[in-house]
Parts: sequence; structure tokens; C-alpha cells
Amino acid sequence: MSALVQSLGRLKAPVFAVLAAMVLSGCGVNVIPTSEEKAKAAWSEVLNQYQRRSDLIPNLVETVKGYASQEKDVLTSVVEARAKATSIRVDASTITNPEQFKQFQDAQAGLSGALGRLIAISEAYPDLKSNQNFLALQSQIEGTENRIAVARRDYIDAVRVYNTELRTFPGVIWASILYRGNKPMETFTISEQQMQVPKVNFGK
Amino acid sequence: MARRQSPFPAAGFRMRAAGLRLAAALFVAVCAVFAALPAQAELTFPPLTGRVVDDAHVLDPATRAALDAKLAAQEEKATDQFVVATVPSLQDTSIEDYANRLFRDWRLGQEKKNNGVLLLVAPNERKVRIEVGYGLEGILTDAVSSAIIRNAIIPSFKSGDMAGGIVKGADAVLEILNLDPEEARDRARREAQSDWSEEDIENLILLAVMLLFWGYIFWRAFRGGGPRGPAARRGRGAAAGGPITTWDWNSGSSGWSSGSGGGWSGGGGSSGGGGASGSW
Repeated sequence: MSALVQSLGRLKAPVFAVLAAMVLSGCGVNVIPTSEEKAKAAWSEVLNQYQRRSDLIPNLVETVKGYASQEKDVLTSVVEARAKATSIRVDASTITNPEQFKQFQDAQAGLSGALGRLIAISEAYPDLKSNQNFLALQSQIEGTENRIAVARRDYIDAVRVYNTELRTFPGVIWASILYRGNKPMETFTISEQQMQVPKVNFGK
Repeated sequence: MARRQSPFPAAGFRMRAAGLRLAAALFVAVCAVFAALPAQAELTFPPLTGRVVDDAHVLDPATRAALDAKLAAQEEKATDQFVVATVPSLQDTSIEDYANRLFRDWRLGQEKKNNGVLLLVAPNERKVRIEVGYGLEGILTDAVSSAIIRNAIIPSFKSGDMAGGIVKGADAVLEILNLDPEEARDRARREAQSDWSEEDIENLILLAVMLLFWGYIFWRAFRGGGPRGPAARRGRGAAAGGPITTWDWNSGSSGWSSGSGGGWSGGGGSSGGGGASGSW
């Protein structure tokens, strides 16, 4: 009997450890890192899609130039906006840095605007509009704009979960004990209006 | 932490301040959540009753049945889940947004392969979209989707033949999906789905290892003999520095739903907005 009591006494440490592990994970000690990783993954998808758009632009500009070289202003504004957007250094820390985030957002919005104008003027050139290469590029640009919209939506959702966890019970307790370095993430504020897919009517 | 344990009389006040701050933060966060809710415009989606969901009633039963058979054959052959849907209203959002949300709500395509396609027609808004799952973006590219809409669907829609346009569009999509029969077969073979996803198996192994580990500790402790202490100490060390249990069983029943005979449902795939749209 006393042996059993003794061994139970020795068991205390491992039993406590098991209980602690279970209680801690039950109380959501992992929720902050998990949602942080999700938000970061969503952010890299956003970057990925912006990059994809940026990669498509030179080709589009070249094609439009062939048919509408007189639209120099619009073409150069696209090229400049692209250069500005790609010159901004973006990494994982951008999302917790409001200033950098705003820069990134403004530059991309500028590029969206310039691209929208380019697509709009192309409506005036029937030869360009019926060019197969242009049609393919146009659909790729539209598809990318749409992917950007989806990636942004996913990112906004992921950040909302993460920021809410940082500020609500019980996450706020874990944040104050274990995750002091975790800052809330920035999210997109520019209206969806400016981000809309360039509208094109086929064959009008 | 250390601050809260401080023996100074100010500690009580600080704790109260911290409590107040906590309450304030909670209040703000709760308000923020409620404020954010209406922004997330809630759309209602028709139930996924089959491979052809004709909510706008533009297809006659014979066409619907023929279309359904073709789509079922495609899933049989290449596991692609291709769904044709018509909706009476886009509920004041763009067709791109609606199609993507609907696609994700229905979870089209097999889990992990994400090989779903949604042909969505909104006759009242005069909009059409082909939404492509992640896994098929390389085959059914934006440019190809756009060409299908422009050349196969829009001309029929313009002449008022809704059913004809939908059938032609679906045929064109199927043709693209089967352009390379070898590739289509590969797609079907890839990761012949077992009921257990890799993650589940990993979790199970982790669980077994943990049970063994703790079983060993208990056994050592109960046996009484053996070297004193180290087992217990090792146990404590592992708990302090080691991983805290993180396995999370797949919450949805995603992997299980597909492939079961009878009732048909989405396989757990997703889409990131690939495809193209058009209007007429």
C-alpha cells in the first residue's frame, strides 16, 4: 500500500505535465500562433497575385503600343505605376507596419487605376480589341485582378480572426503572457470600388 | 507576470488597472466584431442538389438530364467536379464575387486536387462566369475560359437560346478538360483518395507515440525499482520545453463526403478566383 502511495507521489510530475499540456491547449494557447500563420499565408497569396499582375503588364503594354501608340500618356502612366509598385520593398514585416503597408497599398491602387484606364482606352480601337493576343492578355489581367480581390478578401478575414484573438478573452491573456511581441496586423482600407475588375463588354 | 506577484501595495491597484484595460479591450473588440458583421454581406446560396442546379429555371428536364449525365461521366473519368448553375439573382454583388463564394460554399472539386469547375449563369443580370478551382487553373486558364465564354456561350445567349449556350459552354469546357487524355487519366490517378487524409494518419502516429511515451513513464514510476528520478525529470523537461499537443482533427467532414454513392456533394475543393466572366 505504501509502495503505491509512494509511486503515486512520484507520478505527480508527469501527471501534472500531461494535465498542464491538455489544459493549456484546451484554453487556446495555440490559437494566436495558428491564426498568425494563417494570416501570413494569406498575405503571401496576396503578394503572389500582385506579382503575377505585375509580370503580365509589360506584355500588355507592348501589345497595346502596337495598335494605339498615340495613347502615350496612358501607356507611360502604367509603366511608371508598375515601376513604383515594384520598387516598394515588401516582406512579412510589412503587415505589422502601418506606414509600409499604406505605401504598398497606395502604390498597388495607383497601378490598378492606371491599368483600368489602359483597358478602357483599348475599347476605342477595334483592331486591338479583336487581336487574339490582346484578348488573351486582357482575360489574364482580369483573372488576376479577380484573384487579387479573392486573396485580399481571404487576407482580411484571416487578419480579422488574428486581431480579434489578440484582443479578446482568452487570447488577450496569452498575448500578455507568451506573445508580447505579436502586433495586430494591418488590413486593406482602400475601397473595393477602386479594386474592381476592369469591366469589359464583349462584342458590343 | 512578475508584476502581479509583487508584494507592494500598488500591486492591487495595478491589477485593477490591468483589469480595466482588459475590459476596455474586450469591449472594443466585441464592438469591432459586431461592426464588422454587416460589412460581410451574407449571401444565400441554393443547395447543391446535383451537378446541374437550375435555380433560374432556364433548362428543360431533358437538357438537364443530358447535361447531368455528361458531367457525371467526367467525374467518373477524371474525378473533376463540374457543376452548372443558374441563379435568379446575384444578390447585388459582382458575378466574380458570387461565383467564388458559391464555389467555396459548395466545395467543388476533390479535396487536395481542387479540380472543380463552376459554370454560373445569372440570366436576369445577363452575366456568365466560369469559375475554376486551383487545381485546374493550368488547364482551364483564364484566357481559355474567356474564349469559351466569348465564342461558345455569348452568341447563343445573344440570340436568346439560354439552354443552347449553356450546353455549348459545358461541352467546350469538357473538351478542354479532356484535350490531353493522358493528363486527364493522371489527374484521376493522382492521390487515389483514401478515407484517411495524410494529416489524420500523422496525427494518429503522433498520438500513438505520445501514448507510448507516457505509458513508459507511468510504467517506470509504478515499477518502483530502477534509477530514481530521471524518468520523472525527463517527463517534466519534455512538458516544459517540448511541444504542447497541437494535433487538430480535421474539423469538417470534408474528406469523407466525396465518393460516397447516392447523395452527391462537393468533395472539399476550393477556388482562388480563376476563370473568366462575360456579359451579353
